[in-house]
Amino acid sequence: MKKLLLSLAVAGLLAACSSTDTQKSADVIEGKPSVPQASTDTQKPKPPPTTETRPLTPPDTRSGDPLDPLNPQSMLNKQRSVFFDYDSFVVKDEYKPVVTAHSRYLTANPKQKITIEGNTDERGSREYNIALGQKRADSVRQMMVLLGVKDDQIESVSFGEEKPRNPGHDEAAFADNRRADIRYAGDK
Amino acid sequence: MNNKNLRFLFLIWMAFSAGAYAQLTIDVRGAGSNQYPVAILPLKGEEGLPQKVTEIVAADLYRSGYFKIIDSGGVTPVPAEPADVQFPTWKARGADTVVIGSVSPMPNGYWDVRFRLMDVLKQTQITGFAYQVTGPQLRNTAHKIADAIYEKMTGDVGVFSTRITYVVRRGTRFELQVADADGFGAQTVLASNEPIISPSWAPDGNRLAYVSFERRKPIVYIQSLVTGQRIVAANFKGSNSAPAWSPDGRRLAVVLSKDGNSQIYLINADGSGVGRLTNTSTIDTEPNFSPDGQHVIFTSDRGGSPQIYRVPVSGGAPERLTFDGTYNVSPRYAPDGKSFVFIQRTGGRFNVAMQDFVSKQTQSLTENGIDESPSFAPNGRIILYATEVRGRGILAAVSSDGRVRQRFSAESGDVREPAWGPLTKNP
Repeated sequence: MKKLLLSLAVAGLLAACSSTDTQKSADVIEGKPSVPQASTDTQKPKPPPTTETRPLTPPDTRSGDPLDPLNPQSMLNKQRSVFFDYDSFVVKDEYKPVVTAHSRYLTANPKQKITIEGNTDERGSREYNIALGQKRADSVRQMMVLLGVKDDQIESVSFGEEKPRNPGHDEAAFADNRRADIRYAGDK
Repeated sequence: MNNKNLRFLFLIWMAFSAGAYAQLTIDVRGAGSNQYPVAILPLKGEEGLPQKVTEIVAADLYRSGYFKIIDSGGVTPVPAEPADVQFPTWKARGADTVVIGSVSPMPNGYWDVRFRLMDVLKQTQITGFAYQVTGPQLRNTAHKIADAIYEKMTGDVGVFSTRITYVVRRGTRFELQVADADGFGAQTVLASNEPIISPSWAPDGNRLAYVSFERRKPIVYIQSLVTGQRIVAANFKGSNSAPAWSPDGRRLAVVLSKDGNSQIYLINADGSGVGRLTNTSTIDTEPNFSPDGQHVIFTSDRGGSPQIYRVPVSGGAPERLTFDGTYNVSPRYAPDGKSFVFIQRTGGRFNVAMQDFVSKQTQSLTENGIDESPSFAPNGRIILYATEVRGRGILAAVSSDGRVRQRFSAESGDVREPAWGPLTKNP
């Protein structure tokens, strides 16, 4: 039951987030199914009552917790990637809210450590791509540091072209793989 | 006649490759400008061996592109001593030289292997050796015989008895392997579920430095091939990659991002004593030492696109070496220090090219369009590199004059990141 409440609370928060931020709608849609799923699950054992009582959703007292990056429902858990243009390491405007949101959490939780993992598409030298992926991870790191995150909270590393998320060899796959991922200490 | 012989030889290889040893098969295209016609007669006593020594010798010499293998069949009895050689027969078949010899078991369990390289016209011995070896060493002995013949005829050092290393990926499994220069006898020295890249041979041939991602970041390790033990050579905050040995084996150049961006540092081979070699706010990577240990060539995008530069190891201003195109990467010195190979992107295609330090002339050596990781054989005559065929990574080689090409096609898996090992000292 606690779980249900938490996910309801987070879903509400997510919706609030999405209305203010200019995030991709796909992320919001992904977040939605958790509400109906959770409610059908808990109703299953009982026959539908003729009269139904519902508890009030308790006010959120765990300030910041619904944005816990280790909570799978959290926006900070779902939005961990910054995508880059070909041969570029500039954080595009559309990904700045993601970096900002993580930076806010990290400044509020200065003991939390993260790794930023830079990636490239498969074209070109493997070692040069390690350096290029590093530059992408460093771009994100530098932006976070400017936003107040302590340097010792962040390690930026590069996978180059070695760990592609999309195994394809076309433009779409290349675009998926030109990416920096934010990984929290404690992530599985 | 020539073609027929080559095809015959090819069949021999196919037979090899079906055998238990075979991890790689070889396909040769093109030929050297000057081919030495040699008849390689079966060694007396080698019929009983699981692998005939002279088949390995012939395969090595043929693969170099500098030898024409003359049909040696139909002669009985097969001569094992100079006095028994019918020189007019071999002259008539077009051979300038004939290889004869014997293999016999010794009471202590060793094999006694003897060979002679005979000059057909002068009817004299050019060279000859005798070896006492164990059964498992016979393959290496065959490579040493091929080396001796190659050296006598071409004047260059033979590299048939050297080794190569490379990475094989099968699904999510990565294996760092070491094999004979002909791809046979492969052994896995490191297996991991995470990528392995950039293996680099220590000059003594007994250690490999490489980059492993097993701890969710690139870390440089040095592993002994003798004991299998390894040490962490570079694990600083950030990425650690692109290890390259100094010619004396005491130091490595590595690329670290610990100070903010990928830069080249020198460290001792035990991981101590880190010193920064390059100092830019751009990418500096892929270092490689000159054979005299005085310079390092590397890739840098300090000029706006990745190009190749050279810097004295003692420090100082780097000098730009490549100017054509917008993507020149992965430089490697030729063993004589007079030129370097690199990967050049032209119109979206990546090929192996070679540039002379003095004339600054560049020659394109391959045209597959997806080539990477070039590595010189220690005699400077062959460049091993990675390419793809039908989406699968394979190794290939090209002679430094661009005339002879070989492909190593593995039975399975993606093969990449080759590095040719140093010359091995004769025991």
